[in-house]
Amino acid sequence: MLTQHQFGLGLRKPHYTDFLDSEQKVAVDFVEVISENFMIEGGRPLDVLRRVRERHPVALHGVSMSVGSADGIDHDYLHRLRVLVDAIEPIFVSDHLSWSRIEGFNSHDLLPLPYTSETLDTVSTNILRAQDVLGRTMLIENPSSYIAFPGEMTEWEFLDALCRRTGCELLLDVNNVFVSASNHGFDALSYLAGIPADRVRQIHLAGHSQGHELLIDTHDQTVPAAVWTLYASVFGRLGPVATMIERDDAIPPLSDLLDELDIARSIAVGGRRKAA
Amino acid sequence: MSLLALQRDFRSWLNTEADEAAARIGTAAAPGLAVYLNNYRGQLLDCLRESFGVVRAWLGDSAFDGAAAIHIEQQPPHSWTLDAYALEFPQTLERLYPDDREIAELACIERELGMIFVGPDSASLDRAHLAEVDWDAAILKFVPTLHFLSVSTNAAAIWSSLTANEMPPGAIGLDRPATLALWRDEFAPTFRTLDDGEYDALNTLRNGTTFGTLCTKLVNAVGEADGAALAGGMLARWLADGMIEKIGKRS
Repeated sequence: MLTQHQFGLGLRKPHYTDFLDSEQKVAVDFVEVISENFMIEGGRPLDVLRRVRERHPVALHGVSMSVGSADGIDHDYLHRLRVLVDAIEPIFVSDHLSWSRIEGFNSHDLLPLPYTSETLDTVSTNILRAQDVLGRTMLIENPSSYIAFPGEMTEWEFLDALCRRTGCELLLDVNNVFVSASNHGFDALSYLAGIPADRVRQIHLAGHSQGHELLIDTHDQTVPAAVWTLYASVFGRLGPVATMIERDDAIPPLSDLLDELDIARSIAVGGRRKAA
Repeated sequence: MSLLALQRDFRSWLNTEADEAAARIGTAAAPGLAVYLNNYRGQLLDCLRESFGVVRAWLGDSAFDGAAAIHIEQQPPHSWTLDAYALEFPQTLERLYPDDREIAELACIERELGMIFVGPDSASLDRAHLAEVDWDAAILKFVPTLHFLSVSTNAAAIWSSLTANEMPPGAIGLDRPATLALWRDEFAPTFRTLDDGEYDALNTLRNGTTFGTLCTKLVNAVGEADGAALAGGMLARWLADGMIEKIGKRS
């Protein structure tokens, strides 16, 4: 567990050489990898991860756990993830408040959930099962969504209830809050005020794109000013939290991402001073 | 609507663009459903493009994307890992191009190499003690990724040319099927065509036969000098190719 504010990046293929071959360690406190890319038997990807792990703490971030599946969670998936967790000893294991799989069909996308008591029961059961198999507390990330179902509670109320029911913690994706707020017409600041701040352990920052009618969570651009503003507004309220920048497409040189991470560092310093 | 019913409707929408399912999800959801459908198809298309770059180069972008679209329509993904989605594409290509067998065979080669890339690791062979090996009693353990693929066309030659950015030969059927050995040498997936004798020798040794027994078999077949030379030549090549993980001894 991180005990102080720290700053990291998603580890992506174009930067493997930077992370492995530089005589000087890359100036990050941790890296995050997509769990599924390393839930494999062997080969170069796992070798790279093991070598990076010798230099940096690693967070495992999943996209396929499907904690919202009405027909339960995939046991094979959980057991393979456990093998990786045991090998890497990550600082965090996270996945999304979403669903991907139902009755043998897997969409490989983070599909939206209605925030109802039935869904809360389902997601809670699945997360408790996952935490049991993994032997640790999970972080659940708020998703970007493009559909809002009629529900019984807001997303932040749902997350608050989920934390209380399962003991899970939160990965707060500030860009996702901005995207969903824009797409569904709610107030992003109300969202940030409503989440259980004491449960947030990690923050994602990313960029998005304007689609035909909706904002799309594309992770292919720099973090926009509006997302930095939200980050600045929430950071001071949080306890020890790890911040990182996600970039999955149009990936720039590592130095560009490190420069962006410095912005997060400076905001964090300001946020702490303000809170004090 | 229950969560299960909603998720079934979502699946129908992504699989078939079913209007009834979309209507049940809600008319206000239409723009969002379009985004999710686009994401779903785009993700699977990207997976196939990345997994079958050589097939794509052979077919051309347009024909490849057309085949991929049919595959996406006919074969919804079922595994939690996208890697698994590539596994059944060669069968789709076989159905789409029954008279161009090299296409499906190219896809099989790419699929197998992809699996080998993330296949189990092997221990490093202790080369320092090769001179001390009792070859008569030696049991060769091959790397766990080693396996064989039968081909009926010159797909292997086409694959090699395309990956070397050279002009590929035209597709031809072979007079008789050939066997490819595919394996990973440290982190590099590789393959080569075997002749019948080497394929037979590898199978014999993988069944636990000693190297000495193989030598005797070859000597009986082709004579003392040629048999010994043949066995020694194959062994040297397997060592050089990184096919052997360990040399043990019959207990």
